[in-house]
Amino acid sequence: MKVGVVCPYSLDVPGGVQNHVRDLAEVLLEAGHSVSVLAPADDDTPVPPYVVPAGRAVPVPYNGSVARLAFGPLSAARVRRWIREGGFDVLHIHEPATPSLSLLALWAATGPIVATFHTAMPRSRVMTAASSILRPALEKISARIAVSEPARATLVQHLGGEPVVIPNGLFVDRFARARARPEWQGEGGTICFLGRLDEPRKGLAVLLRAFPTIWRARPGVRLLVAGFGDVDEARAQLPPECQDAVTFLGMVDDEGKADMFASSEIYVAPQTGGESFGIVLVEAMAAGAPVLASDLDAFRLVADGGRLGRLFGVGDSAALADGAIALLGDADQRAELRDAARLAVRRYDWSSVAKEIVAVYEMVAEGLTGVGEAKVEGGAFGNGWSG
Amino acid sequence: MNTLLIVLVVLAVAGVYLSWTAGRIDRLHARLDAARAALDAQLFRRVAVALEVATSGMLDPATSLLVADAAHRARSADDDEREVAESDLSKALAAAFPDADASRALSAQPGAEDLLGELGAACRRVEMARRFHNDTVAMTRSLRGRRLVRWFRLAGRAKMPETVEMEATPPGGLLP
Repeated sequence: MKVGVVCPYSLDVPGGVQNHVRDLAEVLLEAGHSVSVLAPADDDTPVPPYVVPAGRAVPVPYNGSVARLAFGPLSAARVRRWIREGGFDVLHIHEPATPSLSLLALWAATGPIVATFHTAMPRSRVMTAASSILRPALEKISARIAVSEPARATLVQHLGGEPVVIPNGLFVDRFARARARPEWQGEGGTICFLGRLDEPRKGLAVLLRAFPTIWRARPGVRLLVAGFGDVDEARAQLPPECQDAVTFLGMVDDEGKADMFASSEIYVAPQTGGESFGIVLVEAMAAGAPVLASDLDAFRLVADGGRLGRLFGVGDSAALADGAIALLGDADQRAELRDAARLAVRRYDWSSVAKEIVAVYEMVAEGLTGVGEAKVEGGAFGNGWSG
Repeated sequence: MNTLLIVLVVLAVAGVYLSWTAGRIDRLHARLDAARAALDAQLFRRVAVALEVATSGMLDPATSLLVADAAHRARSADDDEREVAESDLSKALAAAFPDADASRALSAQPGAEDLLGELGAACRRVEMARRFHNDTVAMTRSLRGRRLVRWFRLAGRAKMPETVEMEATPPGGLLP
């Protein structure tokens, strides 16, 4: 099949949507489909061969943080040209309500359109606006996919209907191949954390408050902290006596991340909110790290209510410490979690996830002639509003 | 003179808006037809694969009969009994393939794994096709429920679309 994929965010910035788009494109190409990804990028930025740059992404405040988005007449013209010349059988738009290439593509295209929604936000202002302003555009979508139950619930709350859930994918084998690095391990056990150090909702502070208790109960324990941020500021949150038990790894690449999980007795996910899916939990499970996660909706679903990973109250450092100490002292329980999780993560492997997505493509493209350009009506105002 | 101009402008704007909305409804109706056809195709495919499984000899005679009966009823049901018959087929399949352990045992037989995989995929596609159809129905109903659309009869004589209410959850034993 000839598939056009639209990504609203720059591929050179790390992020859940970008990773999903890149992995999906590569899996589809490997399966023999023809794929073109439209993404924001300067003309002189090096991009993979399947990416068509749609112009520079501009940092703008949007939805409570600064996002790098591509919009304006130049981007709109490029989107139209890409659609006109692409001859796609199906168009797959990610985060269609984002004021970037995704929305432009949705306006400019007609035909079989699949959209994937990644965000989970209760009472999202963006989505509330979307439900009235963007409705005409969203009506063009033939198949709506949410990457998780919370993302699906957000979608239903704001737009109604019955979207299907197809989870985020990952390459399970790449994580299963990971090897423990002895220099990272502590003789009293190893705990790891991944996420930005200074973003409160990633929950590092919750873990650092719990760590002295764990350290006293399990002498020789080591805490690995991977992620971007101010290390000194993070370290200052710990009492001096246990600062040496914490290793800050900084930003790690994919291999380093997998090895960190493989080196750990526990992966702690202390996030306090804003998580739609929890792909990191699945990655940790695939690499063989037992998971101890806060009891968020998204995490509870991935951990199957506690069967595949232990849960503790959101933001509850004391409960985190108790859970970590119990797990560190119980090798049987860890082995049980590890085995159950390894089996369960297979369904998140790209080989099965991509098959589901291709099934959706086939279903919406059946009997239609492919993606075309929507005719322009009413000049600049009606740009792409008709189909 | 001025008043006349204003009236003309208002009328023109209203006309453009109404024709644009009518276009939206047309597009939704076309999508609705496509979604309904896709759902019918997937249901038909599921019946075919279910019958093949039932007659392949891989299941015990009781389960075979159960699945074949439900599939046959789904295939020959009238339009107004269709949803019930398809729901019954979903329930029969869920009872025949309750969990992964049972399916693993069945898969050991020659040729069974492919056929069960095909049945699982067909069930999953039915579930998705139903959701895509109902999504479009919800969008159409909400647009057609607007006062302007009703007053100006922008939807013409087309019947108000109904969601398809049926049990479509794929059997636990056939999930990937």
